[in-house]
Amino acid sequence: MIKLQLPLKKEEIARLRAGDEVLLTGPVYTGRDAAHKRLTEAMARGEELPVDLRGQVIYYVGPAPAKPGQPIGPAGPTTSYRMDPYTPALLDAGMVGMIGKGRRTEPVREAIVRNGAVYFITIGGAAALIADSIRSKEPVCYEDLGTEAVCRLEVEDFYAIVGIDSLGNSLL
Amino acid sequence: MRELHVNEVRAAVARMVIDANCCIGEGMLTCLEQCRDREEKTLSRNVLDMIVRNDRLAEERMVAMCQDTGMAVFRVQVGQEIHFVGGSLDQAIHDGTAQGYEEGYLRKSVVGEPLFDRVNTRNNTPAVIYYEFVPGDQLHITFAPKGFGSENMSVVKMLKPADGVDGVLNFVVEAVKNAGPNPCPPIVVGVGIGGTFEKAAQLSKFALMRDVGSHNEDPRYAALEDELMERINALAIGPAGLGGKTTALGVHVEWFPTHIAGLPVAVNLCCHAYRHSSVTL
Ligand code: SF4
Repeated sequence: MIKLQLPLKKEEIARLRAGDEVLLTGPVYTGRDAAHKRLTEAMARGEELPVDLRGQVIYYVGPAPAKPGQPIGPAGPTTSYRMDPYTPALLDAGMVGMIGKGRRTEPVREAIVRNGAVYFITIGGAAALIADSIRSKEPVCYEDLGTEAVCRLEVEDFYAIVGIDSLGNSLL
Repeated sequence: MRELHVNEVRAAVARMVIDANCCIGEGMLTCLEQCRDREEKTLSRNVLDMIVRNDRLAEERMVAMCQDTGMAVFRVQVGQEIHFVGGSLDQAIHDGTAQGYEEGYLRKSVVGEPLFDRVNTRNNTPAVIYYEFVPGDQLHITFAPKGFGSENMSVVKMLKPADGVDGVLNFVVEAVKNAGPNPCPPIVVGVGIGGTFEKAAQLSKFALMRDVGSHNEDPRYAALEDELMERINALAIGPAGLGGKTTALGVHVEWFPTHIAGLPVAVNLCCHAYRHSSVTL
């Protein structure tokens, strides 16, 4: 098990290999279908983004509501391929990693290699357990999207497996 | 005629919505544990262990086992001797769904219109409801929240009668293979054979309301289930798609008479968060 501090350094990413199990600690940003659409549309119009994703990791998740006193509700990964049409643009703009579940398409794999980035997978459907490694959740933008809003999470020892490494090796 | 107040239906629906999303039940837990103990690869075994721990934790804390608490699907069998009072039965089911998703801290995942606006309805309604009329004076409701990681990997195909058993086997196995790691394996596979285009799809959905690993009462279809189970597990997609012995936890086949020219087949996949609840009023 490799312990990693977020934001990730490029040298650390370069050392990771597909199949490595990691524990992530630090900030990650949530984002799924609707937020990806808005972010990439804003980029295409040349607008400044409401969130700076350079050097950051995005987690494909739409959490369930938190019970009183809890930082977040159950929060497992959603299927990554739906974000594939938007991902290369975000990686080219400086995002360094994604956490999700399932396979990616070839353009995403190529963008990972081109940018020295990494794709982590975590366990779909283990949402209640995963929520225990999330310490806080702060809204960042697109709050009108409800569960699909972009939030900043602080995670601690968040379990993930390297799905695609920076050389393009793929586990799935 | 028996009178049944729709408020009773609404309250029961609200309870069953929460129950299904938080409590997977001992049957599923035992099934997952047996599969975990059979896995030889450490990573695959660990994934199944995480799933078991997750599902127990969810039940203990009464939180959703998966953040995708699905679109609400109901099969409602209405005894024809019931007279509903106090309002609309249909509305009571939608209202009970909204109430349960709110009170249970469940995620609201429904958009009010699919193509242009896609604005979240914020109460997880409308539900998808299938009604049937049956003899008697009882109301039987089965609820299954359907997550879309697995729903998105489902397929319907109109086979030719000449495609026969092999055609069906190959089509189902191919569907699971194409889905790969996306539907959160290990999965339960619902197969509907016969009827019309949409009837086959509905049968495959109802197949996913059966207890995991149960068999069709027709021995020929039960044998088909066993053969599919074997061929699907031989794909070795494994827990979370990381390889291993457990790709499917169950394969359930349902059938219906069909037209002389057709052999419709539908494959509806469900993830390991194989959730339901039912009630008789
Ligand atoms: S496919 Fe099932 S287990 Fe996976 S995220 Fe969706 S609802 Fe959860």
